[in-house]
Amino acid sequence: MVDTTQTQQAQGQQLQFHETEEHHPQTGTMLGFWLYLMSDCLIFASLFATYGVLGRSYAGGPTGAELFDLPLVAMNTALLLLSSITYGFAMLEMQKNRVRGTIGWLLITGLFGVGFLSLELYEFAHLIHVGAGPQTSAFLTSFFALVGTHGLHVFFGIVWLVTLCFQLRKYGLIPENKRRVACLSMFWHFLDVVWIGVFTFVYLMGVLV
Amino acid sequence: MRGTLDYLQYSAMPILKLVRGLSLAAAVALLAGCDAVVMSPSGDVAAQQRDLIVWATVLMLLVIVPVIILTLLFAWRYRSSNKEATYKPDWDHSTVLELVIWGVPLLIIIALGAMTYVSTHKLDPYRPLDRIGPGQPVPEGVEPLVVEVVSLDWKWLFFYPEQGIATVNELAAPVDRPIRFKITSSSTMNSFFIPALAGQIYAMAGMETKLHGVINEEGIYDGFSANYSGAGFSHMRFKFHGMSDADFGEWVAKVAAEGDTLDRDVYRELEKPSEREPVHYYADVDPTLYDAILNLCVEPGTMCMKDMMMFGHGGHGGGNVGKDDGHEGHGDPAAGHGHEQHQ
Amino acid sequence: MFDQIDLTKLIFGRLTWEAIPYHEPILIATFAAVILGGIALLVALTYFRLWGYLWREWFTSIDHKKIGIMYIILALVMLLRGFADAIMMRIQQAWAFGDSAGYLPPDHYDQIFTAHGVIMIFFVAMPLVTGIMNYVVPLQIGARDVAFPFLNNFSFWMTTSGAVLVMVSLFIGEFAKTGWLAYPPLAGIDKSPGVGVDYYIWALQIAGVGTLLSGVNLLVTIVKMRAPGMTMMKMPVFTWTALCTNVLIVAAFPVLTAVLAMLTLDRYLGTNFFTEDLGGNAMMYINLIWIWGHPEVYILILPAFGVFSEIVSTYSGKRLFGYASMVYATVVITVLSYLVWLHHFFTMGSGASVNSFFGITTMIISIPTGAKVFNWLFTMYRGRIRFDVPMLWTVGFMVTFVIGGMTGVLLAVPPADFVLHNSLFLIAHFHNVIIGGVLFGMLAAITYWFPKAFGFKLDPFWGKVSFWFWLTGFYFAFMPLYVLGLMGVTRRMSQFDDPSLQIWFQVAAFGAVLIAIGIAAFLIQLVVSFMRRESLRDETGDPWDGRTLEWSTSSPPPAYNFAFTPRVHDLDAWWQMKQHGYKRPESGFLPIHMPKNTGAGIILAGISTVLGFALIWHMWLLAGVSFLGLLVVAIGHTFNYNRDYHIPVEEVERVEAERTRVLANHG
Repeated sequence: MVDTTQTQQAQGQQLQFHETEEHHPQTGTMLGFWLYLMSDCLIFASLFATYGVLGRSYAGGPTGAELFDLPLVAMNTALLLLSSITYGFAMLEMQKNRVRGTIGWLLITGLFGVGFLSLELYEFAHLIHVGAGPQTSAFLTSFFALVGTHGLHVFFGIVWLVTLCFQLRKYGLIPENKRRVACLSMFWHFLDVVWIGVFTFVYLMGVLV
Repeated sequence: MRGTLDYLQYSAMPILKLVRGLSLAAAVALLAGCDAVVMSPSGDVAAQQRDLIVWATVLMLLVIVPVIILTLLFAWRYRSSNKEATYKPDWDHSTVLELVIWGVPLLIIIALGAMTYVSTHKLDPYRPLDRIGPGQPVPEGVEPLVVEVVSLDWKWLFFYPEQGIATVNELAAPVDRPIRFKITSSSTMNSFFIPALAGQIYAMAGMETKLHGVINEEGIYDGFSANYSGAGFSHMRFKFHGMSDADFGEWVAKVAAEGDTLDRDVYRELEKPSEREPVHYYADVDPTLYDAILNLCVEPGTMCMKDMMMFGHGGHGGGNVGKDDGHEGHGDPAAGHGHEQHQ
Repeated sequence: MFDQIDLTKLIFGRLTWEAIPYHEPILIATFAAVILGGIALLVALTYFRLWGYLWREWFTSIDHKKIGIMYIILALVMLLRGFADAIMMRIQQAWAFGDSAGYLPPDHYDQIFTAHGVIMIFFVAMPLVTGIMNYVVPLQIGARDVAFPFLNNFSFWMTTSGAVLVMVSLFIGEFAKTGWLAYPPLAGIDKSPGVGVDYYIWALQIAGVGTLLSGVNLLVTIVKMRAPGMTMMKMPVFTWTALCTNVLIVAAFPVLTAVLAMLTLDRYLGTNFFTEDLGGNAMMYINLIWIWGHPEVYILILPAFGVFSEIVSTYSGKRLFGYASMVYATVVITVLSYLVWLHHFFTMGSGASVNSFFGITTMIISIPTGAKVFNWLFTMYRGRIRFDVPMLWTVGFMVTFVIGGMTGVLLAVPPADFVLHNSLFLIAHFHNVIIGGVLFGMLAAITYWFPKAFGFKLDPFWGKVSFWFWLTGFYFAFMPLYVLGLMGVTRRMSQFDDPSLQIWFQVAAFGAVLIAIGIAAFLIQLVVSFMRRESLRDETGDPWDGRTLEWSTSSPPPAYNFAFTPRVHDLDAWWQMKQHGYKRPESGFLPIHMPKNTGAGIILAGISTVLGFALIWHMWLLAGVSFLGLLVVAIGHTFNYNRDYHIPVEEVERVEAERTRVLANHG
C-alpha cells in the first residue's frame, strides 16, 4: 500500500530510472570473508557439540585429567595470543603504509604460529606415544578432531601468511593486498577466539572434572 | 497480452481434468485405505494412532479443501479471456484478508498442536499402558508381558524372560494383556514395527528402547524392520501371533518342549548375517544373554559397556546404555541423543 | 618383491580390475552407451571446432548468466541419470513379488535407491536452484555480475566435480548401499567396507565446497550490489527467497561438511565418533546430519516459492498480494527450519516432551507456508490470468503442494509418525513436496526465464504436453505410495511377499512412465523451440509483460546486463518504468568495468576430482600429488592481480544501437 501511494505521489514529477554516472557497488570482500568465517565457525560449533556429547566417553581409557599437560597448553595459548597482538602491529604498520614493517610483523606472527603448531604436534605425538591416540576412545576421537581441526586452520593460515608476504614484497601495499591482509587478520583473530574456546572447554574443564 | 485468445480453450480443459483426476485419486485412496492395516489395526495403541491420523486429516482438510477449490475457481473465473470479471491490477493489500490468511492456519495449528501435545504424551511408547481398549482399564494385578527384542542381520530374536524361552522370527502374545518390549540391536540400526499392534521404535546397538502395546484380536499379523539395514533387509520379517491365554500357554509349552539351547556360542553363530531365516525355538536360554548383547559383551573377554563407562570416573556414565528394569522413564537413551547439546 | 607390492598399492590403492562391474549386463550396456555417446560428442565438438569456443566462452566464463545456464544443463543431465534410477526401482518393485526376485539383486537395488536420492537432491535440485538464482538474482537487482565472479565459476565446477565422481562410481567400483544419508553403523567401515560410501563422502564434500561458496557469493551479491533505491522491502520476492536460501546454505552446509568429515575419519583412521563400542554415538550422526538436512529442504523449496510469486503476479497482471507478509513468511520459515530436525527420527526414543516440541515447531512452519499459498491465491483474485506454461505449473503446484503439505503436517504428529515413519507414505509425502514444489517450480522458472536467457520462448505446445504428463504422472506414481504406506509397506524394499500389494506398484510404475513422457516432452520442447526459434523470437526483452528489472534489458542480456545501472522506486520496478513511459537511453554510454574470464576454476575442480578419486581408492601417492597440485594452483591464482577490464564505450554503443534497431523494427 505504501508503495502504491508513493507511486501515485511520484506520478506528478519525473522519476529518474537509471544512473547516468558509472555506478560503483560497494565491495563485498570483507562481508563475504566474514560470512565464510561464520560458516567455518559452524564447523567448529559442530566439533564442539561433538566433544560435548563424547567428551566423557572414556571407554575405559584415560581421561583428560590424566592426559592434559596444562603448563604446555598454557604456553601454547600464550603463543597464539601473542601472535594476535603481533598481527595487530602488522595492521598498524599497514595503515601507516610501511611495507617492510608490515611484512616484518607478519613474519613474527607466523613464527608464533609455527611455535604453536610445533607444541601442538609435540603434544599429539606424546599422546599417541602413551597409547592415547584418536582411536582409543570417543573422548580422544573428539578431542583430536577439535584440536586438530584448529591446528589445520593455523597451518593454512601460515601458508596464506607466507604467500601474502611474497605478494606484499612484490606488489607492495596496493588495495588488493591491503584487503588480503585485513582478511587474514580476521582469520587469525578468529582462530584465536576459537582457541580460547578450546582451551576453556576442553583443557581447563577437562582437567577440572 | 498477446495470445490471450489462444489460451481460451486451454484454460477450461485443464481445470476440469484436474478436478476429475483429484477426486478419482482421493476416492481410490479412501477405498483402499479402509482395509489397510494402519487404518484398521487390531491393537489399542495402533487404533488410537489411527484415530489421530483421521482427526488430524479432517482438521487440515478444513483449510486444504477450500484452498484447492478456490485455486481452481480463481483460475477459471479470472482467466484473461473472461472480460466480465473484475480486474484490479494495483490491489495488493487488505488488512482483514491478511488477518484471515494468517489466522486460519494459526487456529488450525493451535488445535492440532494441542492434540499433538496430549497424544504424544499419552501415546509415548515408553509409557506403560493404562488401558487395553476404549473404556477398558488394565485389570488389577495384570502385569505386562515382557519381551526382549534383538534385531540381528537380518532376523529378529525375541527373549521371553518370564517364560525362559526365546524365538527367532516368531512372536506371540496373549490378547488383552499389555506387552512391554525392550529393544536393542546387535549392530545395524533397525526399526521394530508391527503395524497392527502399535507404532515402531528404532533398535540400536548398545542402547535399549522401549515400546508398549496390546493386541485385542486373535490373529496372525506382520512384523518387520521398518528401517533399511542392508542387503537382507527386505526379508527381515516375522509373524506376530495374537492368541487367547490358553493358546499362548500352549505355544509357550511347545517352544519349551521343542526348543534348543541358546547360549553365547549359539548366539555368536546366530548373529552372523543371514537372510530369510526360518522360525527357530529356544528353550534353554542363558538368562544373562540379553544383557550381554545390550552391553556389547557377548564375546568372551570383552568388558561390558555399563562397567566400562563407569570405570574410575565417579559414576559419570555418559554412555548410552540404560538398563533400568522397573523404572519406566526415558533413561539414558534419550539423554544420549544430545539434542540439548546441539541447540 | 615386497617393494614392488607396496609400490602397486601406493599407486593403485585398492583399485583392481575387479572394480569394473563387467558381470553386470545393465551397467555394461550403460557404460557402452556412455562411451559411444561420449566419443560421438567429442568427435562432434572437434569436427565443428567448438573446443576453443566452449573453453573461452563457457568453461572459463565468469559471467553469472552463463554459469547459471551451465548449472541448469548439469542438473538436466543428472536428472536423466536420477530418473533412470527411479524407473529401475519402479520396475523392480512392480515385478519382485513372491517367488520372483525381480531383475535387480539387493546389492544393485540398494545402490540405485541411494544414488537416486543423492543425485536428485545434490545434483539435480541443488544445481537447478543455484542455476536459477545465479541467472536471475543479479538481473533482478540491477547488478552486472555477482560479488565474486571467479568464485562463482569455481563453485560451479566443484559441483560438477562431485557429479562426475558419482557418475564414475557407476563404472568403477560401486556406489553407497546405505540410503541417501548414509547412517552409521551401516555406513561404517565394518558394514560397508567397499568404496561406495567413500564415493558418497567425497562427491558430497567436493560439491559441498561449491555450494557453500556459491551461498556466500549470492548472499554478498544481494546485500551489497542492489541497484540504488532498491531497499530490502523493494526487493523482488524471488530475490528475497534467494537471500533466505543462501543464509540457510551458509548456516547449514558446514554442519554437513563436519559430520561427513567425522564419518570419513571413522572410516579411514578408525576413530570412534559413531562406532558402537569405545564410546561412539551413532545417534549423534543422525542428529547432526538432519541439522543440515532439514534446512536443506527449505534451501530447495524457498526459491521455488519465490519463482511462483513472480510468475503468479506476472501472469495475473497484478501486483503480488501481501508482499510484506510474503517476506515475513519467508524469514519465519528460514528461522524455524533450524528448530525441527528431530521430526526425522521421532522413533529414536526421545521423550514425549522432546517429540512434542519438535512436532509442534514443525507444524508452526505450516502457518507461514499457508499464508504464502493464500497470498498467491489472492494475487490471482481479480487478476487477468494468462495461462502460459509457467502459470500452468503454478496452478499445478498450488493444488499438488497443499496435499503434500497436509501429509507433512500429519507426519509431524509424533504418534502418527510412529506408524507412518519410513513407510511409502513418507516417500509419497516428500516426493509430493519436492516434485510438486521444487521441481514444478524449477520447470516453471526455466520456461519463464528461458526467453530472457536465449532470446526466444519455449514452444508452448510441447510445454503443455510436458506439464500434463508430469502432473498426471505424478499423481499416478505417488498416490499409490500413500495407500501402500497406509498398508504398512516400508521404503527401500527390493522384494515383497504379499501379492495384494502388486497392483499398487504397477500403477506407480505406470505413473513413472507418464513422467518419463513428460521429461521426453520437455527435451523435445527444447529441440522444437530451437528449430522454431525465429517464430518464437523475443525482440522486446519483455515477452510476458513482466514486472521486475530483468525484463527491462534485452533478451539475451548483454554481457554487462545494464548499460546504465537502474534506479529503483517501486517493488515492481520495471512495471513502474513502463507505466511512466520510460525511454531507454540511447546515448551517453560509458565504458563498463567487468571481470575477466579465468581457467583457474575448472583446473582446481579438475584436480579436486582426481584428489577425490585417489582418496576413494586409497591411492596415497596420487592423493598427495594432487593435493599439492591443488595448493600450488590455488596459490598461483592469488598471484594474478589482473582480473578485470573495461568494455570499451564503442562496444557498448554498438550493442545498444543494435538493440535500438531491433526494438524499432519490432514496432
